[in-house]
Amino acid sequence: MYKLTIEDLHKSYGKHHVLKGVSLKANAGDVICLIGASGSGKSTFLRCINFLEQPDDGRMTLDGKAVEMRHDRHGMHVADPDELQRIRTRLAMVFQHFNLWSHMTVLENVSMAPRRVLGVSKHEAEERARKYLNKVGLAPQLAEQYPAFLSGGQQQRVAIARALAMEPEVMLFDEPTSALDPELVGEVLRVIQGLAEEGRTMIMVTHEMAFARQVSSQVLFLHQGLVEEQGSPSEVLGAPRSERLRQFLSGNLK
Amino acid sequence: MFEDLLQHLGLSAFSLKGFGPLLLKGTWMTINLSLMSLLVSVGLGLLGASAKLSSVRVLRITAQVYTTLIRGIPDLVLMLLIFYSLQTWLTSLTEALGWDYIEIDPFAAGVITLGFIYGAYFTETFRGAILAVPRGQVEAATAYGLKRFQRFRFVVFPQMMRYALPGIGNNWMVMLKATALVSIIGLADLVKAAQDAGKSSYQLFYFLVLAALIYLMITSASNVALRWLERRYNAGTREALR
Repeated sequence: MYKLTIEDLHKSYGKHHVLKGVSLKANAGDVICLIGASGSGKSTFLRCINFLEQPDDGRMTLDGKAVEMRHDRHGMHVADPDELQRIRTRLAMVFQHFNLWSHMTVLENVSMAPRRVLGVSKHEAEERARKYLNKVGLAPQLAEQYPAFLSGGQQQRVAIARALAMEPEVMLFDEPTSALDPELVGEVLRVIQGLAEEGRTMIMVTHEMAFARQVSSQVLFLHQGLVEEQGSPSEVLGAPRSERLRQFLSGNLK
Repeated sequence: MFEDLLQHLGLSAFSLKGFGPLLLKGTWMTINLSLMSLLVSVGLGLLGASAKLSSVRVLRITAQVYTTLIRGIPDLVLMLLIFYSLQTWLTSLTEALGWDYIEIDPFAAGVITLGFIYGAYFTETFRGAILAVPRGQVEAATAYGLKRFQRFRFVVFPQMMRYALPGIGNNWMVMLKATALVSIIGLADLVKAAQDAGKSSYQLFYFLVLAALIYLMITSASNVALRWLERRYNAGTREALR
């Protein structure tokens, strides 16, 4: 049984058809990397998975159970709003620009959703937060700091701890290292690699090809809203079949 | 007692000539009226701002009509319109229903009128402040499963206050002074008290300056409070360090 499947996802902005039927199947423990040029729809696809963007059509299963959808003139919604909330707590997202809540300390950032959404007690949520901050290698004394006073790499690691604190079933990463200075990329990738080795299910949009090759179990190459190639990293990145993918890879590897 | 103190200090020229309690009552009326109106107008402002940013067209249009009308008409005209027409409507309503005459309490009328007028200004202040909150902040809250009201309470509100406070301070000062208009609907506020005291003692200038000083004291105190609020809501931003 698959942990998460998305089938035939469509999304348009006005007349612009961004996703033209994208599918994905993730087993528990899979690390799936989405690659592609900017504008290929990879971020939009990821954001449709937790409904930050409203898809127009498609199907979704989580733990083998189909999510019931409803259509109206704005697109496709999860039929039951409470179900949508539950789905979002099971899929935790890490953003390109971290999106840490700037008015809260690191500890408050990480413990907020467990407290307010999962209903964990304050004490327990803070314990949990400290545990995951430690896991991403953040010094304990930084817990009382505000995000603006941390480096980009530290902020992104806090954001990963925030996702972990939800104890999610699937983690979604939207270009987690693209906004970082080059010397800070490594510390974040190491944390993500550690999570992959623990057997966490992850879907990640990335431009880090070396990382994708090393860590992922599946690579999807998106082009103009369609999956152009998919397979194991050695197949897709090692032996690209299409000219477009070859071009994309040569452009990215230089 | 205050009178005695002034005399002891040889400041009998600055005596309140027995109008102390009157001025004190006027000052209290002004403060009370301002604070109550602030409460009403902030509430209306939050409602108005959410209506303006709503995806429901009727709400957007209603809020737009509200702010356009109210901000385009002088406070004095609105005050007369609302206060007197409210009373007229209510009177004809009670007559039609055969009830006893109900008189609108001037204080309540003042609060409602001022709150209604300044609610329009607060609507604009809050609308701008909500729009200034970076999209990613709300998006993260959505992605972590917070419901609409939780997103507002835990993320949007504390962050929009950073942008709203300078405007809130402005509106508050203007509103505080606009309370002087309520004397025309029969409330004894600070200005009214100063005028009465000045006229009876033939020292109008003296009492008006006194009133001005009292206003200045209230606004200075508000500045301190606002500064404190700004520091509090700017926690976490680099500006907070300055």
